[in-house]
Parts: sequence; structure tokens; C-alpha cells
Amino acid sequence: MESAISVTGLIKRYGGKAVLDGVDLQVARGSVCALLGPNGAAKTTAVRILTTLTRPDGGRVEVAGIDVVRRPREVRRRIGLIGQQPAVDDVLGARQNLVLFARLHHLGRRAAGIRADDLLEQVGLADTGTTPVRQFSGGMRRRLDIAAGLVLAPEVLFLDEPTIGLDPAGRRDVWEAIRALVASGTTVLLTTQYLEEAEQLADDVCVLDGGRVVARGTPRELTAAIGGDRLELVVTDPARAREAALLAEQVAAPGPVADAVGSGERVVVPLARRRGVVGDVVRALDEAGIAVDDVVLRPTTLDEAYLKITGADDARTEVPA
Amino acid sequence: MTTRTDDESTAVRLRWAVTDAWTVAGRDVAHWRRQPAAVLVGALFPVLLLLMFVYLLGGGMVVPGGGDYRDFLVPGMLALAMVFGVEATMTAVVTDTARGITDRFRSLPMAPSAVVAGRCLADMAASVVGLVVLVGAALAIGWRPAGVGRALVAVGLLLLLRLAFLWIGIYLGLLTRDPATVTAVQILVWPFAFLSNAFVAASSMPGWLATVAEWNPVAGTVTAVRELLGAPVGTGGGWATEHALLLSVAWPVVLTVVFAVLGVRRFQGLSR
Repeated sequence: MESAISVTGLIKRYGGKAVLDGVDLQVARGSVCALLGPNGAAKTTAVRILTTLTRPDGGRVEVAGIDVVRRPREVRRRIGLIGQQPAVDDVLGARQNLVLFARLHHLGRRAAGIRADDLLEQVGLADTGTTPVRQFSGGMRRRLDIAAGLVLAPEVLFLDEPTIGLDPAGRRDVWEAIRALVASGTTVLLTTQYLEEAEQLADDVCVLDGGRVVARGTPRELTAAIGGDRLELVVTDPARAREAALLAEQVAAPGPVADAVGSGERVVVPLARRRGVVGDVVRALDEAGIAVDDVVLRPTTLDEAYLKITGADDARTEVPA
Repeated sequence: MTTRTDDESTAVRLRWAVTDAWTVAGRDVAHWRRQPAAVLVGALFPVLLLLMFVYLLGGGMVVPGGGDYRDFLVPGMLALAMVFGVEATMTAVVTDTARGITDRFRSLPMAPSAVVAGRCLADMAASVVGLVVLVGAALAIGWRPAGVGRALVAVGLLLLLRLAFLWIGIYLGLLTRDPATVTAVQILVWPFAFLSNAFVAASSMPGWLATVAEWNPVAGTVTAVRELLGAPVGTGGGWATEHALLLSVAWPVVLTVVFAVLGVRRFQGLSR
């Protein structure tokens, strides 16, 4: 399938240090790709390069099939950008903002007005009248910002941490808006620090760390590659949590696993799912005289996968696409 | 609804550059409509200074070579009003950059030059309004210019000075993303204003200070506007005062060119 975003060998240096050091990324048309990574992983820099705001130092970057360095203006006609903070005019009203941006997209006066009204309807701000944006709530401001990124019905939409600082209701609103866009065929690339957000929205997840893509795949593939399931135990006596963790690990996964966590009364043990494994663990604990209040066998979460991928520098897990 | 065109010809680009600059400037006009108080305060501040210096301090002022202090001060205030514009320009640029509006503009398929050109248009328009208000106030307290034709030349020189400080403001605004820096400029503008011939004749200052004041980029404009408006000029100036008209053009042109080059480079540097 043709890619909406195609990045090969992208390099960006700041002060001699390569913050992006050979990044490759393909995003299929009509799909949602979530770019994850710890703070300082240059996610925003990557988005700024893809949206023509920053020039790359090396590599090839195409958005909607167009080279961002050679024909930035053609790229700008086809993209929408929603940055980390809402980039809208505080003094003006919602409609005035959208008309301004539509005019700068070179829509005529009438067309700009019509488009602004459509967008206001779409993001649920039609009744804000001439209220200055300054008086909007965080969620409303964000929705207006999203509308501003949609003026020309972009082929590719970039969202840089779209729900940062929003309350749960505001976050849900933004997710709904993004889902509606994807349903209409827009390709979306979003950066986020919330794994839940990636799980909710993304077809593909791409983890950026140390200037490189260290893992990519569907959320399921990533969690599966990190190591199956987790057994969560709640022990009665917190003092014996550590002991319980080691014991459970021995029983559940014969072989070198070093990830069991025991703090407070909660114990989390990675394991490979097999017949009778839960019973084995509980029996072993019982024989050792460690009382167990609760047992849950669950799949690894994307959070755990992500921490594993970005956490240990020496044991970085490569996940094939 | 959507207009998608291929790469445009130079003529089309130029037309859009003008239209986009106009649209960007229109945003400022919309701001003024919504916040008339802010505009009014900006325009009335030089009026307040004029009244303070004429009525509170003016009694103690003696113009070297004779003449009324009010008539001496009005051209000085007109020029300083142009200098004070640097704060408004810088504030607008810093605010837009800090709030992400500048990047929003840069991500649109508009002419990139329009971001800066629109700022120029809007601020020049604001300065014309400021001049009208200040001249109105000066007329109200009894000041009279020598003639309309010469007064128009004086207005031209003043706006040229404003253009120079506009570009200084754009450059300074692009240097920083911290709104607190604007405060520093707002403070520094005062010694700059006082170390000129705007409030008192440079010749009344001690030795080297007089020379600095005389060569202040504002001084040429102040003296030239005084001459054009038939106001007392003050005696005892050196070469710079004698060639005020030349300096009133040269200083702003040099400053405009230097800071326009720096500013445009800085703007392009945003993509680094």
C-alpha cells in the first residue's frame, strides 16, 4: 500500500548531537500511527520536520508523496498540524479564528465563512458566538485548535500530544474527534505519552528512543513480543512480598527472568501461559506458608511493554515490524 | 471547498504575498476592535508624557537660544512615540511565537513573508493613529505647526523612524520566547529616550554625553522635525545637529536595512 508518510534515514542534529539518528517510518494511508517515546526522545522534532517547520539534516521525508524539503508549500496544502499547545488567537472568537486560518489557506471570503461554520459544527463550538477564546475551557480550546488544523480537510493530520493537560472528559472529546477523522479517511500521526491513548487510537505504534526507532508494530504485537502475560498476586503479609515474587518466578518461568516486582503486598510476575501454571504458583506459595489474598492472570499492558523497551539500555528489545 | 493548485507562478505568489499580509494585518485590526482600551492606552501614553513635561516640568525648562518649551517638546514627543512603538511590536512578536501562532502560520500554505509583512502593516497603521492622537493633543494645548506641506514631510520622517524601530522590535521579538524580556526592553527604552535631544537640547548636557545624545538615532529626526515644524531647535549643536535632515533619513534607513536582514534571517532560522 502507498504510504502517507515515508521517512528514511532521517537525521537531525542540534549542537553536534544527533537527536534523530537515522529514523525510518512508514505510515499507510488512512491509518493511525502513534509515536511513543520518553521525554526528550525528539518526538516533537520529528513532527516539526514532517510538517515543514524544521529542516532535516539528512535523510528523505515525504508526506502525502511530496518531499518536505523541496516542496514545503505543497506539503502544507495537504497537512493539518495540531501542536502541543493550542495555537489559536486568544483575543478573537472561535469563528474569527477559523475564518482567519481559512483565508490564509486562500479560501475566498464566502467560502472561508462557510468552512468556518462547518468546522464549528463538527467540533461542537457552533454556539460560542463572539466569546473570546481566552474564556474557553481547556477542552474547548483544544477542539478549536483541532478545527484549525482541519481547515482544508487534510490528507495527513499531525497531533503532538493532543490530550496533554486535558481532563478525562476533554480527552474523550478529542479521541472522538480523531476517530471521526480517521473514519473519513484521514491519515493520522500522533505523539503521546499516554499508552492508553495509543491503545485506544493507533493501528501502529512506533517507539522512539535515543534518536532511533527501537520498536514498532501493532499494540498487540508489541505487548506479545515483550513477553506474554503477567501474574498478579496480592499477598497477606507485605513483608513476604519479595520472597513470594522470587518463588512465583521460579515456578512460573523456569529459566532466567529478572522482572518480578514485589512492593507492598502486590507481586507481579511475568510468565508464559501454560496449563496449570496459576495452580502451580499458588500451591508453591501455600507450601512455603505465604498466604495469598488475590490472583489475576492478565496480558502484559502496553505500559509494561513500553517501559521494558525504553527502560533498560543494555537489554533493549528489538521488535520486528 | 478545498482549493488545490500546483506550484504557482511568481506573479501569483506575489499577489498572495500581498493578500496574506493584508489578512494577517487584519487580525490586528480585529484585536483593536475587541480591545479598544489597549489601543487607547498605547496612544494616550505619549500624550500623558507631553502634558507632564509641558505643565509639570516645563516651568523649569529653558531652551538654549530661546523659544517656547512646549513647541520644543512636541517634535521630541512625536519622535519618541515612534521609538516606544518598539515595545508594541516586540510584545506582539514574542506573544505570537510563545503561543505557537507563528508556527501555525508557518505550517499554512500562505506566503511566509506575510507573517512579518502583516506585522509591519498593522504596526504602521497603529502608529499613524498614535500620531494623529498626539498631534491632536498638541494642538489642543496650543501648539501650531508652521505649514501643512512641511508638516507632511515631518510625518514622513517620523514614520520612517517608526519603520526602523518596527524592525528592531521584530528582531528582538524573534530573539526570545520569554515575555519577561519585553520588560527589559521597556526599561532600557527610557535611558535611550532621555539620552537624546527629545526633552532637552543636547548642548545643555556635559561634554561627551552631549555628543552621544546628538548622535542618538532619534536625534536627527527630532531636530529635522523641529526645523520642519518651525519649532525652536536649541543652539550649540555640532556636526550631527547641523546635518539633522541627512541623519533623519540615514539613521532609520541604516537601522531598517540592518535589522530587516537580521530579522528575516532570524525568522528563517526558526526552521533550524
